[in-house]
Amino acid sequence: MAKKPTMPPSEIREKYQAKPGSRPGGRGPGGRGRPMEKPKDAIGTTKRILKYLHGYEWQLGIVALTLVVTAVTGVAATYFLKPIFNDLAVMVGQEDPDLTHFISTLLTLGGIYLISILSSYLYSRLMLNISTGILRRVRVDVFRHMQGLPMQFFDSHHHGELMSRFTNDTDTLRELISNGLPHTVQSLITIVGVFGMMLFLSWQLTILVIVMLLVIFLIIAKVGGRSANYFIRQQRAIGQINGFIEEHIEGQRVIKVFCHENTTVQEFAALNEQWREAAANAQTFGGMMGPIMGNLSHVHYAATAALGAALAIGGWLDIGTIASFLQYTRNFSNPVTQISQQFNSILSALAGAERVFALLDTPHEEDQGDVTLVYARRQADGSMTESPERTGHWAWKVPENDGYTYVEVRGDVRLYDVSFGYTPEKTVLKHISLYAKPGQKIAFVGSTGAGKTTITNLINRFYEIQSGSITYDGIDLTRIRKADLRRSMSMVLQDTHLFTGTVRENIRYGRLDATDEEVVAAAKLANAHFFISHLPQGYDTVLTGDGANLSQGQRQLVAIARAAVADPPVLILDEATSSIDTRTEKLIERGMDTLMEDRTVFVIAHRLSTVRNSAAIMVLEQGEIIERGDHEELLRQGGRYHDLYTGMFELD
Amino acid sequence: MLKRLLSCVGKYKWAAILAPVTIIFEVLLETTIPLYISDIIDTGINGGAGVGYVLQVGGKMVLMALLSMLCGVLAAKFAAVAGTGFACNVRNRVFQKIQDFSFANIDRFSTPSLITRLTTDVNTVQMAFTSSIRMMVRAPIMLIMATYMAVRINAKLSVIFLFAIPILGGSLAIITKHAMPRFKAMFEKYDKLNASIQEMLIAIRVVKAFVRGDHEIEKFEVSAADVQNAQKRAEKLVILNSPIMQFCMYGCMIAVSWFGGMHILNGTMTTGLLMSFISYITQILSSLMMVSFMFIMVVMASTSIKRINEVLDELPDITDENADPALQVADGSIEFDHVYFSYAKRADNLTLTDIDFRIEPGETVGILGGTGSAKSTLVQLIPRLYDVFEGSVKVGGHDVRDYKIENLRENVAMVLQVNNLFAGSIKENLRWGKADATDEEIEAAARAAQAHDFIMSFPDGYDTMLEQGGVNVSGGQKQRLCIARALIKKPKIIILDDSTSAVDVATDAKIRQALQEGLADTTTLIIAQRISSIAGADKIIVMEDGCISAMGTHEELLETSEIYRDVYESQQKGVE
Repeated sequence: MAKKPTMPPSEIREKYQAKPGSRPGGRGPGGRGRPMEKPKDAIGTTKRILKYLHGYEWQLGIVALTLVVTAVTGVAATYFLKPIFNDLAVMVGQEDPDLTHFISTLLTLGGIYLISILSSYLYSRLMLNISTGILRRVRVDVFRHMQGLPMQFFDSHHHGELMSRFTNDTDTLRELISNGLPHTVQSLITIVGVFGMMLFLSWQLTILVIVMLLVIFLIIAKVGGRSANYFIRQQRAIGQINGFIEEHIEGQRVIKVFCHENTTVQEFAALNEQWREAAANAQTFGGMMGPIMGNLSHVHYAATAALGAALAIGGWLDIGTIASFLQYTRNFSNPVTQISQQFNSILSALAGAERVFALLDTPHEEDQGDVTLVYARRQADGSMTESPERTGHWAWKVPENDGYTYVEVRGDVRLYDVSFGYTPEKTVLKHISLYAKPGQKIAFVGSTGAGKTTITNLINRFYEIQSGSITYDGIDLTRIRKADLRRSMSMVLQDTHLFTGTVRENIRYGRLDATDEEVVAAAKLANAHFFISHLPQGYDTVLTGDGANLSQGQRQLVAIARAAVADPPVLILDEATSSIDTRTEKLIERGMDTLMEDRTVFVIAHRLSTVRNSAAIMVLEQGEIIERGDHEELLRQGGRYHDLYTGMFELD
Repeated sequence: MLKRLLSCVGKYKWAAILAPVTIIFEVLLETTIPLYISDIIDTGINGGAGVGYVLQVGGKMVLMALLSMLCGVLAAKFAAVAGTGFACNVRNRVFQKIQDFSFANIDRFSTPSLITRLTTDVNTVQMAFTSSIRMMVRAPIMLIMATYMAVRINAKLSVIFLFAIPILGGSLAIITKHAMPRFKAMFEKYDKLNASIQEMLIAIRVVKAFVRGDHEIEKFEVSAADVQNAQKRAEKLVILNSPIMQFCMYGCMIAVSWFGGMHILNGTMTTGLLMSFISYITQILSSLMMVSFMFIMVVMASTSIKRINEVLDELPDITDENADPALQVADGSIEFDHVYFSYAKRADNLTLTDIDFRIEPGETVGILGGTGSAKSTLVQLIPRLYDVFEGSVKVGGHDVRDYKIENLRENVAMVLQVNNLFAGSIKENLRWGKADATDEEIEAAARAAQAHDFIMSFPDGYDTMLEQGGVNVSGGQKQRLCIARALIKKPKIIILDDSTSAVDVATDAKIRQALQEGLADTTTLIIAQRISSIAGADKIIVMEDGCISAMGTHEELLETSEIYRDVYESQQKGVE
């Protein structure tokens, strides 16, 4: 067997360039430090985040208070070291020292400590409430907003990318609200407080502090810059690895069939090694900051002690002041380091928040419809009136002047000269006109990409037409409220999607108020009742992971039952029976026939046998209807349909 | 279970050892520095030893701080090298292991779960590893050194720690113990939330078509609230850590100030030493915090460790260790000898029952059968994607288990029902079948699969880049590329498992014709829904419920098989 050449890592890298906006999932390494992400409008985004705090005002008030209290008590507690040591210095050598002042200082210190503990606990407890609450709010908001987004949005975004709006981005947002922002504020308060106290204690020693600060900033700029660079590379590498993993694990069976394991392992190892190099560097720099800053504060300490000693010996300072000041030098470096480390995570959290808001700003599906769908009763004179409960009849409730008129829902769908493209550059449908009479079965036939599914996508307004018009029972489609429009038609798609839940719940998805009897009736209609009753828990069997514990055909049957229970006037079957073998299809045929009775049905099928009995068959090619007519007519015409149909039997 | 994974450190062992070593030095230096502080205060300032002395001690302190900084930086470097090296090796090992998986192994785990294990879980474990490598040594050494120093300064005063350490340690242990299951519960809720989002994204068309947005939102609100509650339940406990720590620390400070103050007044201790002592309080107690933090980290990682180990522990179902490496597939004959098969490997749960037939080299065989009649299962036994439960499958006269897997699959090409293309050019994808295929060979295969024309309609032709998952070609085009990829092997047997379902009838017929002309010696197995796809076959196998219901030519089956006739008529109805 020939040796398979390995691709050079550079090529592999190219192929798995992380897509813009797509980010590795989960709690990744260096998740905190994503310095390459810069928010576009930090202030605007922050303002918007603050809006989410609405409803937590009083809790936030207390949080703000605790922040200040914690910072102030921290500074004050250090200050109290001064009297303690001064007292001791005074008392040493005294015969019978008076301890009252010493004791009262200690008690005061104890009091301050207690307040500090309480306030910081209160802070954490309230923040837990607020931050998880906001997290939940943001998630629900994003989810809710997503429901209203047009299909184009879902077409143009990877699931992984959208998922990270719910996970990574909201998590970093929570981090920002519960840690990033408040700790920065607290650190700032502490820095200002400590600095003030230092200045108050000794201006001479404070000069040293300023020198130290300069050194710190220098190091942050230097090390921070290098590490930012490595972090970008690390993130890019992990994105590439994750992309590779996703693709190849999904294609694992193909790899097995082609014995491609070794090549794949080599390619993976190359990507992995590339990540390792970048990550080792990034994390080295990330881990360096701590010891550098910590020991820098020791250096500062020593310098302060030396200078302080000199000043004390010269009689400029007392020993208590030095003790306090020395303690402040320890307290000073912490918040400075914290701010420097928070900075990156704040930026990346803001960038994440911006992505979330961008999603929330994506406009909803257009819907100016004012015509609604209601249950109706036919009066003796043939006119329709609205009915509060299900009657088996529907009517369009059309607002007119100052009242309403009711139009019976019959399923009369007409397309006039409709053109459409998913993107402006590429027209998928060209000048399509067709007329589906109520109760008719209209079939679309044609090769993949001819535009069959697109037509049905336009009828239920998943997409907006670019020119032409569509009417439904004589009403312009755009006048009908989208939700009502879609409620009036059921869809069975090629890829059945079932939901986690019982079989019963899945069927009931078609109409939430369907009774158990209606669910069973629908299942019987779809010929699904038999296999469902043989499932371990019958209708209460829980389906998991997109119905993975059913076969493709069984899932399709459940999907048909789901459409049946909705009992709508219009039915769209998009390759609904393609994964059901012809024999089973035959078994459900009667059910399907009952289902299609008195309904306008749009059918898309590869298998011509399914469309034969349609009232009209449209043969589509490259977005145009090239032939139309019923089965007999089309066969007589001897055109494309004839070719397709007879091609089917050429081997006989 | 940790041990297994730890062996993944491999060649980065040096870094994994040097990291703790440098950390030990760092901690030693860190715990010595406070002593110099007392020297500065006691001897330098209080003792009046003068600026020279202070400078001398201060200089030593600066030197030690710089040394400690160096150790710290080195430790960061070593820990990073060890941590990332470890993660790199774990990832490689898991990935490699999955490559050894048979289809049955993959079935057991499911694809998304394997992906999570390779990505999120490896990341989590790596984070835990990197921080434990630093803290595991740091915390105990710090605890020991600082305690030792404190005792050396004043043993009596150190008695305070006998109270403080058990109180803090005990409460941290209790909190951690109670928090662990709550965190686990929280992660479960998270997983559920993610699953529900994913489900919504996948099924968005259904949600929209049935106008069930509000219903989905309601469901999601419940999951989101569940997550919040679980989060609060878990973190409520953990946020107690810090006040308890503060309480102990501040308590110690006050007690030390008081008792230490008394010692100073009695002349048994100096002010400087008291200050050093206070520094040690912080070091001792914060090392305890570190330990508790580490525990939580490990708990968070433990689920991931378990999930990774499950993959590593999985025994590949199919190995070719006992195969004869010299054995090559002689011809394309296939023989099923009373084959039984069960996915569950249980006799009472058989998918295939007593399958027995023979196919001669070069024959074309069609397989037809209802959904769930185990057609795909049957053909997947031929390239040994699954092993039989009983009986044997022979290819070229030998049991498939006697061949090296590579030798077998090199000669048995299969186009799966669910097919994947990979990021890269069309040419690269087609070369999967034969790495050194010439451009002519590639084109010939593409022509036979009726893919040449549409490939040439792309501006870049065969160099057109396919995106990840091949999303930029249509379903029918994808199927044809997959067929071409299999054809390029020039295999002795080719199996098409419903591989033309998205291809229109006319193209389908052309592909079959090309197969017959171009690969006359190749045994061809076709699973299809359309009678037209298989009617011309030498032999047609009709499957029902895991058994062969009938076998014969089209004409024979029309006579003998009711199922076949049914299907035929249902597809032909209305033609006459």
